[in-house]
Amino acid sequence: MKLKSTILAGTAVALLGSSAFAADMTIVSWGGAYSASQNNAYHKPYMEMNPDVNIINDESSAEAVAKLRAMNEAGNITWDLVDVVASDAIRLCDEGLALEINPDTDLAAAPDGTPASEDFGDLLVSECFIPQIVYSTTFGYRSDVAEWNGKEPDDICAVFDLETFPGKRSLEKRPINNLEWALLCDGVAKEDVYDVLETEEGLDRALAKLDTIKDQVIWWSAGAETPQLLADKEVVIGSTYNGRLFALIEEQKQPVKMLWDAQVFDLDGWIVPAGLPDDRKAAVMEYVKFATDTQRLADQAKYISYGPARASSAPLVGKHADLGIDMAPHMPTDPNNAKNTFLYNYEWWADYRDDLDAKFQAWLAK
Amino acid sequence: MSETATEQVLTTKDGRPLKASLARALRREKLRALVLIAPLLIFVLLTFVAPIADMLFRSVENSIVEDTLPQTVNALQDWDPSSGQVPGEPVFAALAADLKVAVDLKTHTRLGSRLNYEKTGISSLFRKTGRRVKKMTEPPYKEQFLKADKKWGQVDTWQTLKQFSPRYTDGYFLSSLDAERTAEGLQMKSEDEQIYLLLFGRTLMLSIAITVSCLLLGYPIAFLLAQLPLRTSNLLMILVLLPFWTSLLVRTSAWKVLLQQQGVINDFLVWIGLISDANRLVMINNQTGTIIAMTHILLPFMILPLYSVMKTISPTYVRAAKSLGATDWTAFWRVYFPQSVPGIGAGAVLVFILAIGYYITPELVGGTSGIFISNRIAYHISSSLNWGLAAALGTLLLAAVMILFIVYDKIVGIDNVKLG
Repeated sequence: MKLKSTILAGTAVALLGSSAFAADMTIVSWGGAYSASQNNAYHKPYMEMNPDVNIINDESSAEAVAKLRAMNEAGNITWDLVDVVASDAIRLCDEGLALEINPDTDLAAAPDGTPASEDFGDLLVSECFIPQIVYSTTFGYRSDVAEWNGKEPDDICAVFDLETFPGKRSLEKRPINNLEWALLCDGVAKEDVYDVLETEEGLDRALAKLDTIKDQVIWWSAGAETPQLLADKEVVIGSTYNGRLFALIEEQKQPVKMLWDAQVFDLDGWIVPAGLPDDRKAAVMEYVKFATDTQRLADQAKYISYGPARASSAPLVGKHADLGIDMAPHMPTDPNNAKNTFLYNYEWWADYRDDLDAKFQAWLAK
Repeated sequence: MSETATEQVLTTKDGRPLKASLARALRREKLRALVLIAPLLIFVLLTFVAPIADMLFRSVENSIVEDTLPQTVNALQDWDPSSGQVPGEPVFAALAADLKVAVDLKTHTRLGSRLNYEKTGISSLFRKTGRRVKKMTEPPYKEQFLKADKKWGQVDTWQTLKQFSPRYTDGYFLSSLDAERTAEGLQMKSEDEQIYLLLFGRTLMLSIAITVSCLLLGYPIAFLLAQLPLRTSNLLMILVLLPFWTSLLVRTSAWKVLLQQQGVINDFLVWIGLISDANRLVMINNQTGTIIAMTHILLPFMILPLYSVMKTISPTYVRAAKSLGATDWTAFWRVYFPQSVPGIGAGAVLVFILAIGYYITPELVGGTSGIFISNRIAYHISSSLNWGLAAALGTLLLAAVMILFIVYDKIVGIDNVKLG
């Protein structure tokens, strides 16, 4: 009898305890410096303000679409908020796996009262997508290569110029961006790139251009590889996300410079998985409202060189939290860096991805 | 005769035939055993067999077309693709009705992505038409669909739709074998899309190479370990086990540092003057890198079974052989080696099967020429989301392992394998 009552009491305490203490909220992101910036700018202040919320970081964003599909099939959504790139957000929204958002009621207005829908503007590329940052895929190069005889690349075609700029390059192990850059340097006008790529000859042309440097390329699949290869002097020039290069240049003080020419802009932001129970949904919507307000997006830029997605955040971007350097000139959206940018076509890639990937991988394997 | 036979049947005290009683006892015994292992059995079935079976089933499953567009699939039955004509109004009317439902459920984009694996452009065709279909009210629909997207007026769009209407498809398996079904029948895909047969072949060759190099390196070490006195062999054993206990990623990254062109080994070779600074060896991001790193990672799986078998070989046999006049080599080759074959079998099977399914190490050090079929499976599971193709590739890989296993059993005999 005594044992039974002890167990019962214990269970009751445990139940009370779990409801009185923090409710878990699982937020999924990309890990590394990027997750750290979110942790500093959003998670920590939010948990301080709301001691009853306990944020758990998951770093599976690279497989977000696959995992959300699987969770949906299993009928058990374990994630509360997911950080994805724009194309994945569009896909998830189209498939009904992400919740539709009304920017003006669900998100905070700018300090001057501008509604969120205006403040985010064109970056609201999908009804389910809450943009946070603009990042770009661009090139970094070593500034101490003896074989270059003091020359430094100033446009994207330097990647394909083995005579002036000898040495190994690193490129991503997928067709997206690489094919576009190849065509741009083969003399195709920016606005015609996708029309050309759509044809058989266009693809051959892009691959032929890539063939000229194929034996000098190390292909990467994780964003951290190019900075590592540059630091090790394994490659002299390579593509990756601009924030990773920023960390390499400013935090690790490597002799590497940015080549902003033909940088490819992309967006990253939140989606709320569809099918959450009401209480969890309410909790996460409150968090989203906080984490995407003007000040919070500007705060994130203290920790990583990605441009805030709100127009009203841009003037608030200040200095790096540890290094004390001005962050604005390091943003991909800074006018000095954004002289020649390239917008990749999500819609087009949604169609051609399977086909071109098969051909690209076959080309790689040969 | 028969009378005596009945009389002679042995019975238990309560008059039941002994045989039946024994069978009953045995049955009860079996049932009790079954109940005891039931939790494990259920666990294995639920967590191991069922998910794998489900995954394998995806390689032929194709109900999405019929589930999303039931009326259209039905209406399309009478349409003959070889007529060269787009189907008539009834099919378009059925499509309009199906799509209206699908758009509400948001399943049309999933169908679009599924069919996009087969024909480029269908994904956006469904997306685009999905946005328009709500505004379509009055028949005739054909005109409105053609206006929404001219692809609806092309025979091959409909041909793809019809071809993938059945609930089961061999499409994924054909893709895994670089083949496809076209209007002219079964064909190999165009040269610039053929990749999987190449990758299967490469996975097989590299796995064999890795197994052989593990054996060549592992056999002498295991031999040494088994011969040395216990105190020394324990010390050496730790040298084998320490890397084994170290994280796979750490070991793989260490190889990157060692093998890269500006890495330790190249620096050393340049320093001693064996190679010039301009001609540093390329040892990573290719097949060499994969073979070196994976041999290192899988080596303990070869050494441990070899060691445990060699430990049981009595040294008296070799001594006896020598006392009868055998040379060292003869004693080893004729007496010792045949006794260690079960260990070789176990080690080789273990290393080969682990190697054939590896993907992390090849992904990190294999570049483009050193990647395995598993890397494509991982890609299709997590990036391209073509789970059907991934399942088909996985099924083929499983089948290949099983065939090799049977061949191995025929040649060496699986009873010969000894793990301890």
